[in-house]
Amino acid sequence: MASHSGNHYFVPHGSIYPALISVGLLSMASGFVFNVTGADTRMDGSIKNPALSYLATPGKYMMYIGLAIILVMMFKWLSAVVTESVTGQYKKWEDKSFRIGMIVFICSEVAFFAAFFGALFYMRVLSVPDLASYAPDITPYKDFLSTWPSQGPGGTVLGESYKPNPSFHPMTWSGLPLINTLLLLSSGATITWAHWGLIKNNRKQLVIGLFLTIALGITFLCCQAAEYHHAYTEMGLTLKSGAYGATFFMLTGFHGFHVTIGTLMLIVIWLRSIKGHFTPEHHFGFEGVAWYWHFVDVVWLGLYIFVYML
Amino acid sequence: MSTTTVAHHDEHHDHPTGIMRWLTTTNHKDIGTMYLTFSLIMFLVGGSMILGIRAELFKPGLQLMNPEFFNQLIGVHALIMIFAALMPAATGFANWMLPLQIGAPDMALPRLNNWGFWILPPSAILLTLPFTLALFGVGDGALATGWTFYPPLSVQGGIGVDFAIFAVHLLGISSVLGSINIIVTIYNMRAPGMTLMKMPMFAWGWLITAFLLIATIPVLAGAVTMLLTDRHFGTHFFDAAGGGDPIMFQHLFWFFGHPEVYILLLPVWGFIPQILQTFSRKPMYGYKAQVYSLWAIGALAVVVWAHHFFTAGMPVPALLYFMYSTMAISLPLAVLFYCWIRTMWKGSMSFETPMLFTVGWIILFGVGGLTGLVLADVAADAQYHNSYFVVAHFHYTLFAGGIMGIMAGVYYWLPKMTGHMYNEKLGKLHFWLTAISFNVTFIPQFFVGLAGMPRRIPDYALQFAEFNMISSIGAFVLGLSQLLFVYIIISCVKGGQKATDKVWEGAEGLEWTLPSPPPYHSFTEQPVVK
Repeated sequence: MASHSGNHYFVPHGSIYPALISVGLLSMASGFVFNVTGADTRMDGSIKNPALSYLATPGKYMMYIGLAIILVMMFKWLSAVVTESVTGQYKKWEDKSFRIGMIVFICSEVAFFAAFFGALFYMRVLSVPDLASYAPDITPYKDFLSTWPSQGPGGTVLGESYKPNPSFHPMTWSGLPLINTLLLLSSGATITWAHWGLIKNNRKQLVIGLFLTIALGITFLCCQAAEYHHAYTEMGLTLKSGAYGATFFMLTGFHGFHVTIGTLMLIVIWLRSIKGHFTPEHHFGFEGVAWYWHFVDVVWLGLYIFVYML
Repeated sequence: MSTTTVAHHDEHHDHPTGIMRWLTTTNHKDIGTMYLTFSLIMFLVGGSMILGIRAELFKPGLQLMNPEFFNQLIGVHALIMIFAALMPAATGFANWMLPLQIGAPDMALPRLNNWGFWILPPSAILLTLPFTLALFGVGDGALATGWTFYPPLSVQGGIGVDFAIFAVHLLGISSVLGSINIIVTIYNMRAPGMTLMKMPMFAWGWLITAFLLIATIPVLAGAVTMLLTDRHFGTHFFDAAGGGDPIMFQHLFWFFGHPEVYILLLPVWGFIPQILQTFSRKPMYGYKAQVYSLWAIGALAVVVWAHHFFTAGMPVPALLYFMYSTMAISLPLAVLFYCWIRTMWKGSMSFETPMLFTVGWIILFGVGGLTGLVLADVAADAQYHNSYFVVAHFHYTLFAGGIMGIMAGVYYWLPKMTGHMYNEKLGKLHFWLTAISFNVTFIPQFFVGLAGMPRRIPDYALQFAEFNMISSIGAFVLGLSQLLFVYIIISCVKGGQKATDKVWEGAEGLEWTLPSPPPYHSFTEQPVVK
């Protein structure tokens, strides 16, 4: 066993968790495909999509089992990392690896959201106005309205008649979205306040700050759930409502998913803070989560401006 | 500068043996070996698929398969060759050689490294499962859209498209993990004294590749996610009825797809100059010029994507912009070619197999680059688009420029990895068989393409018969000669003449200071670079 001076790089023992997570991913992905295409067996043994009866797989259960494997293995993997951290295996050199790695990971997340923002701009600036600008005798999309938010087709499209939903109206920027913005912005402030507490070694400020951040995150998610419910039941705004519905729900949905992940990570470091982990000098676990949280915050500001306000 | 030492959690060879060694390993050499083995297997799988296509195209008319199956072969062949053969091969080299070249004890994030590899087999299963089922007459098979997933065909397609979407998701996760690891390793694990501008060129090539992957793979993930929701959840991203646009998918896809070409090639451009300097026995020419050219190509790669669908319809200013920016790539590439040739100039050259592959690579990849310039011309492209000319062009870049480059790397580093010399005679035979049959396969495709034969069609007009027959014969020779490659590798792993530490007389770099094969844990004490 090596002595752990600052110049030793920690290379962990072999680990089975990554390979098992991959098994979970395979199970979850293929289960999802079976489920969504209707190759699932129903309770009574029949198949939703008879054309796929040759598959007849328990797709739904494969999804759940896969997800369970992934979650358990990630828990064990991260527990191993936490154990290595609190037993002092990670020094400055390892710490720098984690920092660069986290920054690069967040960059890849930015690229993922960029795809959906790109789709929003493309449809709003190019394809929706284009579709409405064609002379009626050369386009199958005869009564297409170039309005934003576009709620999708109206009139006759390729022989199918679409009726605009009379109750449809777009999201406003005020009200719930504004509250959500304030919630996330203040959560960015509370986590910074918690960080100051950690640096000053004021553990109480750290724990309270993290608790407030988690509370704000969960409140945000509840507000978003209420907003979705309102959209589906009263505004006639669904995932199927044309370009606007698709971009609105995919952008806010993926953002909400990231907030959920971020909240889970916050809960973990909150519990670790209560247990006395992290020192004023050495707390990458905290900072990594804080960076992620700020990233989620910034994405929301982009959403608020381009999806809700403009 | 003081020497820093590096210690491992376990200094001794107390790693598990058998299958558990490979499932649990955090060792960069083990993981590199797994990547390279996986890549070789998938290379043979993807290659045998295309032999099916060449057999069908041997003569006009439909002989062996129905058009749906033909389409599936084409799409799965491309996805396998790009994602499961070429990319893992480059990542395998990165795992094996980067830590050795920059004097690091291991990759920076070893467990993540292991995960990056073990995502690949599940995604290969997802990609080939519907196809394999169809071979046995079950179901309607894999995606039949070609590897590009264009809607509306991909929105209407069967369950194979869903499988391919998730395969791409998993492959994307694997690539992002690998890229994170490589970027961190290069920035954080270099030996003391090795500044960025003293890094081996391979590290530069991979660093820029990794940045491209980080910027573009998530966009592909987003695009196929939109495809999935269009297919099953009623969104209208690519459906004009709801305000979407199928051409938007082409933009999103090629925003990833064009940088992908450089993702496949940049690692090769990294180690090719190293091979050239080894066998020319003189220092690399224009190190700085090469580094800056790699950066320029990396930057241009993400702003030229729409030249892949000039004919889909775009405003004229957009056509002009994408044409000129695409052609601008030839400037830094010309700098690279100049440096490669200048490295050989007046050197005392010898032509062992790696050098043969490298010189052949320069010539054939040059053909690929020049035919690309023709395709970048908007006016000419209207004629060549979707013809066999395009097929021949990108096989000159991706088979000659990609896979033959990888083969040069395999022969160059195999003695270092295994500790044995490969069979030089067979290696040379493999080169000549590959180079000649490759040209026999693809030169005729330039001609039939210029004459108007469209790609991705299982039947063709009678006047193309002779050239297609020649092309098919070339393809079968090319495919069968790769069995020789497999034999050479296996016999080199099993035994052979003992390799020296330096292996090649002119070899320079830290990896050649270690024994062949290097110990399980190398550079536990980091060397100091002057």
